[in-house]
Amino acid sequence: MEKGKDNIFRIEIDSREKSAESEKFEKKLNRLGYEVEVIQTSKVYTISHSFSKDQVKKISGSLYNPVVETARVDEPLSFDFDYALETGYLPGVTDNVAGTVSEIIEDLFNLKKGICKAFSSTIIFLRSKGRKLQRDDIEKIAHELINTLIERYHIKSRKEYINDLGMDYVLPAVRLEHGSDVSDVDLEISDADLAELGKKGIVDPDTGARRGPLALSLDYLRSIRDYFRKQGRSPTDIELESIAQTWSEHCKHTIFSAGMDEIKEGIFNRYIKGATEDIRKRLGKDDFCISVFKDNSGSIVFDDEYMISDKAETHNSPSALDPFGGAITGIVGVNRDTIGFGMGALPIANKYGYCVGRPEDHDIVYRGKGMTNPSLQPKRLLDGIVHGVNSGGNCSGIPTHTGFVFFDDHYKGKPLVFVGTIGIMPRVLPNKRPAHIKKAQPGDNIVVIGGRVGKDGIHGATFSSEAMDSGSPATAVQIGDPITQKKLSDAVVKEARDRGLYNSNTDNGAGGLSCSVAEMAQECGGFIVDIEKIPLKYPGLSPWEIWISESQERMTLSVPDDKIEEFNELMESRGVESTTIGRFNDSNRGIVKLRGRTILDLDMEFLHDGLPKTTLTTEGYPYNKTLPRISWIDTEDDMHKHTGLLLRLLSSHNICSYEFISKQYDHEVQHNSVIKPLVGKGRVNSPAQVIRPLLTSTRGVVLSQVILPRLSEISCYDMAACAIDSAIRNSVAAGADIKHLALLDNFCWCSSDDRKRLGQLKDAAGGCYDFATAFMTPFISGKDSMYNDFKGFDKDDNPIKISVHPTLMISSIGVISDVNETMTFELKVPGDIIYAIGKTGDECGGSEFYNLMGEIGTKAPKVIPESARKLYITMHKAIKAGAVSSCASVGPGGLLVWLAKMAISGRLGCAADFKKIPLGCADMPLEKIFYSESQSRFIVSVEPKKKQEFEKMMEDFDASEIGEVSDDDSFTISFGDRTIIKTTVNELEESYKRRFKEF
Amino acid sequence: MAKAIIMSGYGINSEKESAFAFEKAGAVAEIVHINDLISKKKALSDYDILMFPGGFSYGDDTGSGQAFAGKVKNNLWDDLMSFIGSGKLILGVCNGFQIMVHLGLFPGIGGAYGTRSHALMSNCSARFECRDVFIKGNSKGCVFTKGITTAHLPVCHGEGRFYCKDETLEQLKKNSQIVFTYCDSEGRDAAGAYPKNPNGSLADIAGICDRTGRIMGMMPHPERALFTTSLPDFHLNRELARRAGSTLPEFVEDNLLIFKNAVEYIDKNCIKENRSKDKEKSGIMPEEKLGKKPQDDSASGEKI
Repeated sequence: MEKGKDNIFRIEIDSREKSAESEKFEKKLNRLGYEVEVIQTSKVYTISHSFSKDQVKKISGSLYNPVVETARVDEPLSFDFDYALETGYLPGVTDNVAGTVSEIIEDLFNLKKGICKAFSSTIIFLRSKGRKLQRDDIEKIAHELINTLIERYHIKSRKEYINDLGMDYVLPAVRLEHGSDVSDVDLEISDADLAELGKKGIVDPDTGARRGPLALSLDYLRSIRDYFRKQGRSPTDIELESIAQTWSEHCKHTIFSAGMDEIKEGIFNRYIKGATEDIRKRLGKDDFCISVFKDNSGSIVFDDEYMISDKAETHNSPSALDPFGGAITGIVGVNRDTIGFGMGALPIANKYGYCVGRPEDHDIVYRGKGMTNPSLQPKRLLDGIVHGVNSGGNCSGIPTHTGFVFFDDHYKGKPLVFVGTIGIMPRVLPNKRPAHIKKAQPGDNIVVIGGRVGKDGIHGATFSSEAMDSGSPATAVQIGDPITQKKLSDAVVKEARDRGLYNSNTDNGAGGLSCSVAEMAQECGGFIVDIEKIPLKYPGLSPWEIWISESQERMTLSVPDDKIEEFNELMESRGVESTTIGRFNDSNRGIVKLRGRTILDLDMEFLHDGLPKTTLTTEGYPYNKTLPRISWIDTEDDMHKHTGLLLRLLSSHNICSYEFISKQYDHEVQHNSVIKPLVGKGRVNSPAQVIRPLLTSTRGVVLSQVILPRLSEISCYDMAACAIDSAIRNSVAAGADIKHLALLDNFCWCSSDDRKRLGQLKDAAGGCYDFATAFMTPFISGKDSMYNDFKGFDKDDNPIKISVHPTLMISSIGVISDVNETMTFELKVPGDIIYAIGKTGDECGGSEFYNLMGEIGTKAPKVIPESARKLYITMHKAIKAGAVSSCASVGPGGLLVWLAKMAISGRLGCAADFKKIPLGCADMPLEKIFYSESQSRFIVSVEPKKKQEFEKMMEDFDASEIGEVSDDDSFTISFGDRTIIKTTVNELEESYKRRFKEF
Repeated sequence: MAKAIIMSGYGINSEKESAFAFEKAGAVAEIVHINDLISKKKALSDYDILMFPGGFSYGDDTGSGQAFAGKVKNNLWDDLMSFIGSGKLILGVCNGFQIMVHLGLFPGIGGAYGTRSHALMSNCSARFECRDVFIKGNSKGCVFTKGITTAHLPVCHGEGRFYCKDETLEQLKKNSQIVFTYCDSEGRDAAGAYPKNPNGSLADIAGICDRTGRIMGMMPHPERALFTTSLPDFHLNRELARRAGSTLPEFVEDNLLIFKNAVEYIDKNCIKENRSKDKEKSGIMPEEKLGKKPQDDSASGEKI
């Protein structure tokens, strides 16, 4: 781009002193081994519009604070540096900063929206500190800082920079030739060709290239062919793409719905939905479920006036390609499952869970042969994912209290990114309609609000239904725009809903409009859309792209004619774009027109229920039978070794503090937190959180999430049992009442075309049924992601496949009658008596202890739900009565680790005798007593005055007094009269916090 | 009764708890979208207290609070100046403080509003951080902080590192405009040390007021720490109280006091009904002295 053109100018903002950003880049680069100084980090705004010199001055004046910054307009930096590295987005990637700059300028001069194009970028000015940096080094640095899938970079040496009078003018605008017209797709082809069509997509008639995966199996394509044979024509490309979206594994959950062996109705109907139906029947008038499995979220009763909703999702495939974009779209996407639940719930809490490789693992794996297309290393994946949810959640004004991170090499090829949102909604709206029921009416306007449609996020639904390899499309990557969504969320949930301005509402997620419009049309019977009315980010999109694009921050609503004016006026005054794109009807047909010409015409029944019923066959999975080989610490008096082992465990990946994540997520906005992510003076990560959603009520909601993926190698049935027990128990320790507690299931599986993996799936689903029904805790919502595999090559170019552990996340959501009666686990008062409750058995299989020893084991913890449920009811009473002063749910790491966490959290020492621990079997080595992960156990502290009261309450359970809270820093563990461990709380805390201190 | 207007829109997100705080303090609080003020559906002059709440207006793009401040300057400046001129109160928390800094409402010496002389820069950690802090009240002249010695409340921001030039700092000190500074639970100065001073603020500054004491901005969130159950040491304190035979109060008085002080001031000074009478006493600035237009404060840093 040549310089001095009238209608393009660059404003560059420099900081007067070295900024925190420069420091951050410098530290990062130094850590990576580059001896480099970051002289300046300039913010750059490239603007394309005709303005006078005075106007440009005014614009630049509104983009920086002169107290700490200076501005340059079309002028190079006169500093001494070696290289300038400019980074910015590629064309078409959402650039939120640029969006704001355009708005600032439009507001400044009262311009029409969208008239002034702005682009943001950053220039880092680098100087060598030691060895003289070469261009090669800067290239490498660029690759460390950016993701080339979505970002671009330009390098200039100082000499080039001076000669060229600065960096070049780059306008990364999307320029598309023109979209292709609608074409027919011939399905009268060989099975091999059909299979190819399903796997790689439609051949574009203009370019001859495949458009990307339809993810339709041969069976499905044959059914589609049969349907169109009856119609006497071929499908159009938009029809085929539309069916592929609706029928995708992602949208229809084909594996959970398919028959499986003898289970003709499928495991979803039998085990998940079936469990809920059984429980609700047994609960009768005490049933607290409101909306289950039929909407974007599930919901339960909060009080007489309100319900709370919950939904957990995953965003694994996009996060593998671009962790920041994948995670931010994940979190703002699941927010829309709340906004789009019923008539629109208000998001009140976000949740997260990340499964990634170990950050110190630097062995690169490649998607392509010959060391091409390297996948991102675990540390970068983690950084990007953490930052994505930070940006999405914080900017949206939704607090994030609950979350976890789990490190394991099985997630190094494909990470798992769980995101969830809790919502609150009145049970009845001002117009007396139940808020969870929505129904689009024939004749209603189909209205799209929020962001515009671009090429981003095409084939997201079908892509995530396939394993990840070198053909994974980059257009599946998107970046969320939380402020656009915040505006629409506020306008819908805080205003339009209660004014009764629409009849139905849903989110645009996977499959974009093709899914949202078709789903809503089921409520009334049909639709007609004029595709040219859909607002676009830039011209040149083909109709099929517009129809299936997953561009973010959009909702679809059905607005009746008598409300449309008021609705549009409200949206405009809130800065939300709203467009009518068609009408709902009861014709039983879905029709899309392009300037009057019908380009999609499908029978609604076929579209939704035309997919052929399949039956899957499973095989038993060969669970681990290899006995662990552990060298037990047998020297009776080796205190040193036992202490060392405890400290090592405390600093291990999945036990240690992840405060670095907790504290960068806003958990105080909305003023609803009660039990926070970090508990006690020692700030220990809590496995459960409590919020009070209404400022005017002390009722609370308790949240927990659990995954125990290593148990999938021993027994998926027990994995489900333990996850359910743990999620419930974590909540009970925080004050939950098991009688008002519901569950969510998220299955993230691998290689789901492998019968043995399906065998594991069936085992896990069976466990879900058995234990949910035994605990009387219904499932209200769930999701699955079935192909979390990485197929590629290692550093020696050998083909490899890295599959995730079959991972089941169980989330619990419960209602607490008064947050004043909740409980935390930090030790509080010296002299309090410490009790261990529940039997400890020889159940180290899948434990953190075995993992540290490099073993998996064969004995999974067994859950006995009947007695556990009784214990949980009693513990709830004890907490409510004020009989305990602290209560910990014994989770990963086992008893000793959790006693240590109680001490760290309260910054109080203790002395305990582990000979007094109630045991489930005799003759266990000390390590097993310390670290076994038997379920259904608690550690509590009790005021001496309350001893009798507490012991009376616990008389039917295995509760033993094991020690006392001390008035100093000492942490002493004995076994009978032998002292086994002697250390200090300070030392425990140091180990607990060491690993991620610098993260 | 005092009427508070809580500004909303474009990513502001603490309007609900801010309105609640004013209501608990005895005011009538109304959440108003900025566009309803611009379109004149609502009028600033109908209210006594203006609050810019926390949030992420415009996603913090180009610098926290800058874009929202621009919108206020472009569309509501005259209304804002007459609001200040009539002796009313303005409170900004977190993003609201950032907006007010960009509006140039501090230090407001001689009624000169519109020129920026402070900055809230990126935290030293270059990262958003949410944690509880202690602050202590220092100002004698500020309406909002009467009777507050220390407060325990959260900070939640990525850009809260207070900065100004040495001479500006001296002025702030001299005029008793440094309202809150970060400290430890015993009230001892944080002295710049993380995490007590969570962001690296100059002189531990957590909040300042203008020359009249009626305009205050602060980074920590009193409106997010109103309930006793919201403090991180709630469960410990509850246990200690139970053993001492007492119970905890429902509200955290120190944090609520900021809002109560404002309401009490309005009630006492009867701003609306009786504003001409008492101008001198309440330190109200004569209107003609107020900056009528936002001054272009960027000339100093510009090279065109």
